[in-house]
Amino acid sequence: MAIKPKPNELLSGINYKPPLKQWMDEPVEFKKGYYCYGAKPKNLEYIGFPNGREWNSSEQDWKLVDNWKEIFLEGMENLLKKFRSFRLFMDICVRCGACADKCHFFIGTGDPKNMPVLRAELLRSIYRRYFTVAGKLGKIAGARDLTEDVFKEIWYYYYQCTECRRCSVFCPYGIDQAEITMMGRELINLLGCCTDWISGPLANCYRTGNHLGLQPHTIKSNFDYMLDDLEEHTGVRVEPTFNRKGAEILFVTPSADFFAEPGVFTCMGYLLLFHYLGLDYTWSTYASEGGNFGLFTSNEMMKRLNSKIYAESKRLGVKWILGGECGHMWRVLHQYMDTMNGPADHLEAPVSPITGTRFDNAKSTRMVHIAEFTADLIKNGKLKFDPSRNDNLNVTFHDSCNTSRGMGIFEEPRYIINSVCNHFHEMPDNTIRENTFCCGSGSGLNAGEIEELRMLGGLPRAHAVKYVKEKHGVNMLSCICAIDRAVLPPMIDYWMPDVGVCGVHELVGNALIIPGEKERENNLRGEPLPGMEEKGEEE
Amino acid sequence: MRIGLLLSEKKHEIAKTWFDLIVETYPQDTANFLKTQKNRFGNPVGFTISEGIDAILGELSGELDLARVSPYLDNIIRIRAIQDFTPSQAVGFIFLLKKVIWEALASEIRKNQLFDELLVIESQIDQLANVSFDMYIACREKIYKLRANELRNRTSRILKMSNMFKDTEAEEKDTAGF
Repeated sequence: MAIKPKPNELLSGINYKPPLKQWMDEPVEFKKGYYCYGAKPKNLEYIGFPNGREWNSSEQDWKLVDNWKEIFLEGMENLLKKFRSFRLFMDICVRCGACADKCHFFIGTGDPKNMPVLRAELLRSIYRRYFTVAGKLGKIAGARDLTEDVFKEIWYYYYQCTECRRCSVFCPYGIDQAEITMMGRELINLLGCCTDWISGPLANCYRTGNHLGLQPHTIKSNFDYMLDDLEEHTGVRVEPTFNRKGAEILFVTPSADFFAEPGVFTCMGYLLLFHYLGLDYTWSTYASEGGNFGLFTSNEMMKRLNSKIYAESKRLGVKWILGGECGHMWRVLHQYMDTMNGPADHLEAPVSPITGTRFDNAKSTRMVHIAEFTADLIKNGKLKFDPSRNDNLNVTFHDSCNTSRGMGIFEEPRYIINSVCNHFHEMPDNTIRENTFCCGSGSGLNAGEIEELRMLGGLPRAHAVKYVKEKHGVNMLSCICAIDRAVLPPMIDYWMPDVGVCGVHELVGNALIIPGEKERENNLRGEPLPGMEEKGEEE
Repeated sequence: MRIGLLLSEKKHEIAKTWFDLIVETYPQDTANFLKTQKNRFGNPVGFTISEGIDAILGELSGELDLARVSPYLDNIIRIRAIQDFTPSQAVGFIFLLKKVIWEALASEIRKNQLFDELLVIESQIDQLANVSFDMYIACREKIYKLRANELRNRTSRILKMSNMFKDTEAEEKDTAGF
């Protein structure tokens, strides 16, 4: 009889524990599915970014320019001089670890270098080495030389941060990791090492005004296609205007809302709402992108892209600007636009033409968030809804990082949802509002080649959705961000199928009662409304 | 099965050791986090592993019902399939259970000559490993499918408008109508 090895003998030769090393001694390992493709030179050239070249992020040789180290350090010195916050964030961290387990990428990937403190330390070690006296002591002072491997490590992990700022909520010093990531990415861009996913849309936005580079006639015909659908579902023909001079309001939204699902259904919601109100507004094919990928690249690029909105509002002679559902678009508008491209003296402080409400919170930027605009309409009893049209939906709300932590929009979307839906359930407290978990794909990380990273980044969010799905039967995840609408469907599909994703104004569009509309049988997606399922089948 | 009884009695100890061994496949700092953060929403990976372990051990103590245990196993595999593991590492944690059970129950198994029953338990663990591998492959296939679909969905309206997007579902319905 053969001798049967015991289970522990079978396993004794395998060491399951990873080797214990200090983080500086652990060289970066590029894992497939965790990093993006490199920028193409033609896109960098178009926006006037330096050091563009054919290079491949998965190869050993990145073809960096000979004096790359000088460029990096000189760039860092400039940023330290220009932004006091950057120097402060480099100096004051006491490594208490409060942020360590708050990052969705650390929670999902389990990679310690995704702890915000360690991610910042990658850059801080360079700061110490070259910009502090103590740093001359080297490793003992937490300093290290800038080598090509160190640069690659910074690149690898600074594109594993979505600039969501959850970690900063927990930092006792208020260190904003998002801004550290922004600084890191500025330096990366000096060496022509932007990612393909960010640089392509950047060039398109700069050239034609939106991510896909859609030209005016394409945008217009895309709308016509959408308006046909809308008429079929509601019996109402909506006639929006484009680039109309003299309109009272310019409406700007992320372009994904008019070319990708499920964003188009949110766009249909805007169109119906504005039609119902008889709003004197116009779309622009020039400022046709609310999203601003400059935020993920450099402050100068962000400023250049953002300037189109004020320029267009001036050209058209509108009084104020209304902005659609988007995340990082609002971070730029709310926190940077005023000082980057303001003051917008050609505009007036926004006043709702329907309710007379003056939006004092936006009197400087002169740009109002649509959730505030619609919530005000509802509060003043200006809209009629049939919430039962959304009765097949059991809704929860995902606070987008930028609108929640960036500008404090918590109540308005919830107020709207509760006005247009009968079934709403919150996710657990430590996953919503200022504690919200990121979708895992923001800040230019919604590239297809990093699907694994994005799924893991989205795990904490998905885990909370799964909880409310199992507990309350939630089947619709609503949000007010275009990136969320693009990336949450596949993320949800991976972790727990059968939960949809929608914008808040899609729900508004479903429930809104419009004079002259036909008996609604379908929602904006063309699916039968509750109680209309059999009618659809008969036809 | 007497070994089932022993498993039930020592379930807590076995679960803890198995959990520790699984989380120690992660870097040390991460392992500490996975062990100590008790809030399930702050630590979905640790929670999922822990929940899965309880379910699997509960099943092994009685009659193994794959349909009952599969969702829990799937939750764990779904995470490990996209974390930084090779396929064998991703599903290999199942085999650690053999080591844990042997170390916890060796003296009783020897004393009571329960080797036949141990063989049954180990076969069940092998079954779980087989199922895990199927789940792993399904997760990887899902990722590739999502990647392909995403590419299409992001420009779906434009593709539809220019008739470059074949709506196979609608086409099937049309054909069925004839």
